[in-house]
Amino acid sequence: MEDLSFRHPVRARASGARQSAIVGVVASGNLEVLVERVLPDAECAVDIKTAAVGFGEVWSAVIGDFVERYSPGGLRFSINDGGARPDTVSLRLAQAVRLIAENGQ
Amino acid sequence: MTSWQNNRVARDARIVAGAGLARGKVVEAHDVTRLLEAVIRPGDRVCLEGDNQKQADLLSHALLAVDLSKVNDLHMVQSGVVLPEHLDLFDRGVAKRLDYAYSGPQSARIARMLFGGKIELGAIHTYLELFARYFIDLTPHVALIAAVSADREGNLYTGPNTEDTPTVVEATAFKDGVVIAQVNEIVDTVPRVDIPADRVHFIVKADKPFFVEPLFTRDPAAITEGQILTAMLAIKGIYAPYGVQRLNHGIGFSTAAIELLLPTFGERLGLKGRIATHFALNPHPALIPAIESGWVRQIHSFGSEVGMDDYIQARSDVYFTGPDGSLRSNRAFCQTAGLYACDMFIGSTLQIDLQGNSSTITTSRIAGFGGAPNMGADARGRRHPSEPWLKAGAEADPDSPAPLRRGRKLVVQIGETFGDKNVPLFVEKLDAIELAEKLKLELAPVMIYGDDVTHIVTEEGVANLLLCRTAQEREQAIRGVAGYTDVGRRRDRGMVARLRERGVIRRPEDLGINPLDADRSLLAARSIKDLVRWSGGLYAPPSKFRNW
Repeated sequence: MEDLSFRHPVRARASGARQSAIVGVVASGNLEVLVERVLPDAECAVDIKTAAVGFGEVWSAVIGDFVERYSPGGLRFSINDGGARPDTVSLRLAQAVRLIAENGQ
Repeated sequence: MTSWQNNRVARDARIVAGAGLARGKVVEAHDVTRLLEAVIRPGDRVCLEGDNQKQADLLSHALLAVDLSKVNDLHMVQSGVVLPEHLDLFDRGVAKRLDYAYSGPQSARIARMLFGGKIELGAIHTYLELFARYFIDLTPHVALIAAVSADREGNLYTGPNTEDTPTVVEATAFKDGVVIAQVNEIVDTVPRVDIPADRVHFIVKADKPFFVEPLFTRDPAAITEGQILTAMLAIKGIYAPYGVQRLNHGIGFSTAAIELLLPTFGERLGLKGRIATHFALNPHPALIPAIESGWVRQIHSFGSEVGMDDYIQARSDVYFTGPDGSLRSNRAFCQTAGLYACDMFIGSTLQIDLQGNSSTITTSRIAGFGGAPNMGADARGRRHPSEPWLKAGAEADPDSPAPLRRGRKLVVQIGETFGDKNVPLFVEKLDAIELAEKLKLELAPVMIYGDDVTHIVTEEGVANLLLCRTAQEREQAIRGVAGYTDVGRRRDRGMVARLRERGVIRRPEDLGINPLDADRSLLAARSIKDLVRWSGGLYAPPSKFRNW
């Protein structure tokens, strides 16, 4: 297991009113993402527990591109990773942003 | 006086030597090893029919058991090295030299034996190339083949898996060789004559049907969202703009995803009838929903696929069938069809380098080539025009006058940037090069040469290599779809952005595709059971694909 943590300044607040959401599952080659609206609007945090050791650089690149593209201000992401491929990680993060952008609980 | 019929005399002597063990042409299963000892001479070139799917397993067993003082040092010339016995022959010394095309299930062991010097390697071929050599310099002295049934005269019915048999028999029987067939049963009248009796010298009834592997079945349940996204990009970014109607699909989940998206995503794009109408393809069950929805007009097949017999028989408008109603496949003809009559090949690979060369060989596994290099190569002898071929040619060479400009076959490599266990698809140097150095091969076993590849599709986008004008552009176009692999992260971001402006690289958003829409609900069938349902119960999947 490896723990990784990323903090990014963000251009804009993530849209929507939902306070939290979960996408994905913890399984081999997959991951679970919990997203919570708990941070100031100009901040974003991603905390990762991963089964695959030694992929820090790839995670950093994936998270950097994700923040740039989706501007997830105010959101904290907690990831349980079962060794998912980077494209699966990008997809789950995007799905999490879409889900929390919905209105209501 | 010079004799000009030595080979015929020798062949007749072999047949006489074997005839003592036969009643007519029929030899009992327990006498087969003795038959082979009587008919085969040391050093002979022997084709032990190992096709992509169908295996002459009884005959390989029997050959393995020969007395080494009578039969040894054989030169095996066969397309598939698939059964363990195929390699046991070399361990025992029955065989010494090997020319072949495909070794999928034996890829790890054949690598060890080549390194250990147990096998003297001629060359690794493509199917069509090995078949061609059967008629020039690798003509078999003896062919050991497999068929479904025979009559007492020796007429053979090969059933849906005709595959390589007609080619092997043609080369052997018409050049003074001996043909021995194992059959599942001996009948009064065969359902159709696939091989005429005068080309068959001995027949053996096997106690169990020959082995066939369901090589082409991919369970839709295992298709990922990444593969669905990649398939969407291929359909909208390549099939649609080129109007690809005649094509071949390689084996894999990415192409299975394309097949399952035609009736859903493809239908919504209004592409029915405009793309994917004519195939050189084995009867993949994943194509059933597209066939049932009226997308596919015609399919010619290399071989068959387990469980598809009843479906094929009931859909003879689509498949090639004999007077008995069952599929007639033919690997040599279908390879030729894929080479000359298809405008596109799309398939997966294990490694792609910075020039676009690809290989399925790793340093510990030698899977061989099979048919992909034929399918995935521009046919320089092609002369008939078609819309996709001309368009691709014009993209590659916009300045030549149109009447003198060659078209180009679309050769598409499709895959996810990271494969199984997060192994990257893109590499700086192919393992095949290291292997060639270790084995002292004159040629690195490259599956598809970079200069034949026209497009690479990954979840990150479509790279159109036809539009690249320099080696540097080509490298950056490849890096630009290589995702988060080392190769991808070492891209020149400025150059990749410029290539994207020119449409050399197209991202999902450039094609109007939202990656969030890449959902399994888009698949026309999400399980093997769904495929059975689509087929109206005609598809009978083998038990390993059943979970109900």
